[in-house]
Amino acid sequence: MFDLLVILIPLFPLLAVLVNGLAGHRYSHELAGRIAFGSVGLSFLCTLGVFGSVLGNPEPREVVAYSWIFGGNLSIDLAFLIDPLTTIMLLVVTGVGFLIHVYSIGYMHGEEGFTRFFTYMNLFMVSMLLLVMGNNYVVLFIGWEGVGLCSYLLIGYYYDKISAGKAATKAFVVNRIGDAGFLVAIFLIFSHFGTLDYTSVMAKASTLSTGMATAITLCLLVGAFGKSAQLPLYTWLPDAMEGPTPVSALIHAATMVTAGVYMVVRNHALFDMAPVSLATVGIIGGVTALFAATIGLVQNDIKRVLAYSTVSQLGYMFLACGVGGYIAAIFHLVTHAFFKALLFLSAGSVIHALGGEQDIRKMGGLHDKIPTTYWVFLIGTLAIAGIPPLAGFWSKDEILAHAFVNGQYHLYLFAAVGAFLTSFYMFRLTYLTFYGSSRVDPHVAHHIHESPPVMTVPLMILAGLAVLGGFLGVPPEHGWFHGFLHDVATPVGAEHHEVSVGLTLGLMTVAIGIALGGWYLAHYMYSIRPATANEMAEKSPQVYTTLLNKYYVDEAYDKLFVEPCKKLGLLWDWFDRHILDRFVVGVGHGTDISAAAITWTEKHVLYAGLNVIGYGHHLAAWAWRKLQSGQVHHYAAVIIIGLAILIHLAVVWYAGGSSTGLPTR
Amino acid sequence: MNIPLADIVTILPELIVIGMACLLLVLDPITPKSKKDLLAWASLGALAVCVIMILGSFGGRVMAFSDLVVVDGYASFWKLLLCLVSGMTILLSMTYLKEEHIDLAEFYGFILLALVGMMVMVSGADLLVIYLGIELMSITLYIMVGFKRFEARSIESSAKYFVLGAFSSGILLYGISLLFGVAGSTRLSEIASTMNDQSLSDPLVLISLMLIIVGFGFKVAAVPFHMWTPDVYQGAPTSVTAFMAVASKAASFAAFLRVLLEAFGGLKPNWTGMILVLCLLTVALGNLVAIVQTNVKRMLAYSSIAHAGYALIGLVVAGWIGTEAGVSARGVSSLMLYLAIYSFMTLGAFSMVAILRNGGLEGEELNDFTGLAKRHKGGAFLMMVFMVSLAGIPPTAGFIGKFYLFMAAVNAGLAWLAVIGLVFAAISAFYYLRVVMVMYMREPSSEQELTTRLALSPSVSVVLACAIAGVVLLGIFPGPLVSVADLSTLPVK
Repeated sequence: MFDLLVILIPLFPLLAVLVNGLAGHRYSHELAGRIAFGSVGLSFLCTLGVFGSVLGNPEPREVVAYSWIFGGNLSIDLAFLIDPLTTIMLLVVTGVGFLIHVYSIGYMHGEEGFTRFFTYMNLFMVSMLLLVMGNNYVVLFIGWEGVGLCSYLLIGYYYDKISAGKAATKAFVVNRIGDAGFLVAIFLIFSHFGTLDYTSVMAKASTLSTGMATAITLCLLVGAFGKSAQLPLYTWLPDAMEGPTPVSALIHAATMVTAGVYMVVRNHALFDMAPVSLATVGIIGGVTALFAATIGLVQNDIKRVLAYSTVSQLGYMFLACGVGGYIAAIFHLVTHAFFKALLFLSAGSVIHALGGEQDIRKMGGLHDKIPTTYWVFLIGTLAIAGIPPLAGFWSKDEILAHAFVNGQYHLYLFAAVGAFLTSFYMFRLTYLTFYGSSRVDPHVAHHIHESPPVMTVPLMILAGLAVLGGFLGVPPEHGWFHGFLHDVATPVGAEHHEVSVGLTLGLMTVAIGIALGGWYLAHYMYSIRPATANEMAEKSPQVYTTLLNKYYVDEAYDKLFVEPCKKLGLLWDWFDRHILDRFVVGVGHGTDISAAAITWTEKHVLYAGLNVIGYGHHLAAWAWRKLQSGQVHHYAAVIIIGLAILIHLAVVWYAGGSSTGLPTR
Repeated sequence: MNIPLADIVTILPELIVIGMACLLLVLDPITPKSKKDLLAWASLGALAVCVIMILGSFGGRVMAFSDLVVVDGYASFWKLLLCLVSGMTILLSMTYLKEEHIDLAEFYGFILLALVGMMVMVSGADLLVIYLGIELMSITLYIMVGFKRFEARSIESSAKYFVLGAFSSGILLYGISLLFGVAGSTRLSEIASTMNDQSLSDPLVLISLMLIIVGFGFKVAAVPFHMWTPDVYQGAPTSVTAFMAVASKAASFAAFLRVLLEAFGGLKPNWTGMILVLCLLTVALGNLVAIVQTNVKRMLAYSSIAHAGYALIGLVVAGWIGTEAGVSARGVSSLMLYLAIYSFMTLGAFSMVAILRNGGLEGEELNDFTGLAKRHKGGAFLMMVFMVSLAGIPPTAGFIGKFYLFMAAVNAGLAWLAVIGLVFAAISAFYYLRVVMVMYMREPSSEQELTTRLALSPSVSVVLACAIAGVVLLGIFPGPLVSVADLSTLPVK
């Protein structure tokens, strides 16, 4: 029964993909939509069943579907591992996924490629479920590439936008660079452990040498940084916002981009053996958290601000992993899925209301026109900014506390400054969108309308989760969440720091202060004295344009990698197109010149004295000219003869010592 | 001369195919135009008989004609693949030749003749027999490349192919004759037995080995001997291009592997380095130049060069010094697996190019694929799967092929080679997915809606169904093919 439930979880969306993909054009959009979200709903119900079972018995259990790759000493099953970590991921993926599917019914209503959209979305669900459920690295990798492919198809969903196609390709290629690293890690794991099952690998993890553990985990990190958009592979995520907003919410906020974090936590036994890798995770996470937040300060596209915010929040999760706070990372992953999906979907609701407008400079004063959207967006902002008691406060505070308690004060500083900036840019977004005077295009202004219930109800549910989700992890370090994940995500061999209540409360106070400070600054700059922002931009134009242009990283990558690759390709292409012809012509010219030389020699040197021999040479020249008849196969004959002579020379030269000219063997 | 019956039986599949080829050439002039398809069906029938016979004798190792010919699992594996590919090419050509107005039944005869050449190549246990096979295959292909004889491009590429083909044959033959001078025989087994430690530093052996590698390098289109490939692939009729990219490459690899491992198995230090260099150049150049192509046929030509580079990784593993026998054998079997999988996806991709028509012409430009998803959902989907598979993305067969190859490399201690292969495979996604992008993410112009169409027919549908089934099923259930490849791998010393 348990096995069946587990297998059904990815099977329902897969069936929906087949039905909608093969027969979707035969029936109405309405039915296609029902099949799509219905299948995810059924998956969610199965997940709840599995969750119930895992609550009763948290021991990891494996469910084998069939034997997939084998040969020699290699044996890989299509099999699933169900433990508390998987269960948490499943709940997030199917639960939030279901809400986003429902929302999409309203958001995508009337779009031409409605059925296609849902086919891809369901295919994404299948891949994502394989990714989190697999019991070995290869199944993880299939899901890993599968989500990338679906992300590609969905980013490029809008045909008519050239930029969408480019963004899609960019996302995919950057991800594949990361995936190459991941695949190398898989090979290394196999050649070292002789197996690719998590359970066996983790059991033997302590036998790894530090060097090998570092090599494997660094390769894994390349994959994780690509998928989760961390420095230096983050550039694709902001561009990915070209896709429809529900896609941004599902794939580029709640689920796919967190796959890297899941992978690190899943492999924490390996990471615990490699201090260098752990330090790398922490530093990259911390720097990304801060770096992306600074870019988010000045962006004007509502979705791009959220995208940089996602990059930054993912940085927090990696930072948590780097200081051994695996549970804190997963906790933040869960709360982030709630409030970031909420923010994206409500941003989608704003865009929907304004007929496709995404530029916050053309919004403003919307709070009384679309009140429901306003309230849920505000809840999302409060949650991500870390205002208690909303979800983001608890999970982010835990990460900050972890960094502080572990003595990683530099990471604490990164995270704290990042938190301040987060609070600032999120409230900036809220003020510019919903308060102040309306800057909406007059043509659009009288069409503004609240979204239909099919969109607002999922928003309200997500808002509820964003408010209450944090209590899963209260009190800090000892909440239900920590107990549930304790066995699967506690660092190996780390001594436990018992934190005093005073320190905990102190850190909380600081965190609250930071969040409120960011809020107040935004309030001051965008509500009390709205001219401040422009004045600052004018005062230090270099800082402003650098931030606005995202530190010119995209341009640098183009110059450093993309352009040289293309140029090299063009150069070789030219070579292939022309060198062959040149070669043939060149041989012709060569013959011409040598014929002329021989003629000249015979005229001026040989004719002078040796008439007889000269006559003979005349014949030779005639034959030589005859050869150069303009036909390509004659040239080839010349080439072959030339090559033959050269090789004979080489042989004689090499084998010089032997009297016969042929070497003895 | 008395030839034992047992020897004749050993090469019965070849005899059937060659008999059918001759019959076709005779019947062609006396068959009325409307009945030409019958001849295609007849050749398919001959192939079916041939496949059954090969299956019947699968496994075991039989030598015939005083050790000139060997029929072992390795040869049978390749012959089955070659028969399958030839059959699919015939089915594709039945429609394609009509579209191009070059439907002469002698075409099928040529395919069968080339097939015989390839079968001889994979079964040859003697350098001269292998050479004869190569020549039979090549000469037939020269004609097939120029089959669109009223089109200058086709004639030109035929001439180029002929010149350079002759050139490479000459080099190969020269290597063989030098080797004969050293070893006193052209039998692979006897060459192997005369090679000893001193041969490693014998310049004559080194030169002949080099010439043989260059000769085969031409045939498998390894860089820097690839220059003919883009021009010839682009100029040839597309069904011929598909046949060359798949069948002739597979047969050449098969013979290449057998010669290197059976005759030069003792000289691994001499050739693995050379193969490694070829492999790196081929993977790098094939992928980088493919990025800038705008003609899909030319892009696929570079893609086939790149794939030859990946396949060479298997050969490097098989020859790498200091690897266990099991790992070396895995190098061979993963190469076999890779080429089998490559055959399905490449044939599928070329078939799509062949049946996409822009007015009276082939839709071979990238632009012709613009917005295909809107007009032909099914066709665009198939092309997408082939591209995804060529890029090596799971769960398609292309991933399985690369997985085994790179895994073999890592097991042989060549992790860095796997990394290079993976990085270039990552880059390859760029140009494969560009095709997907134009099909799915671009609006077709109104003019295109009128002029482009897919020339679908039952026979083409069978080809596409076979290709897609291979790409998808081998991705999800690779087990059986892996077992077969493992069973029929060459014994590596």
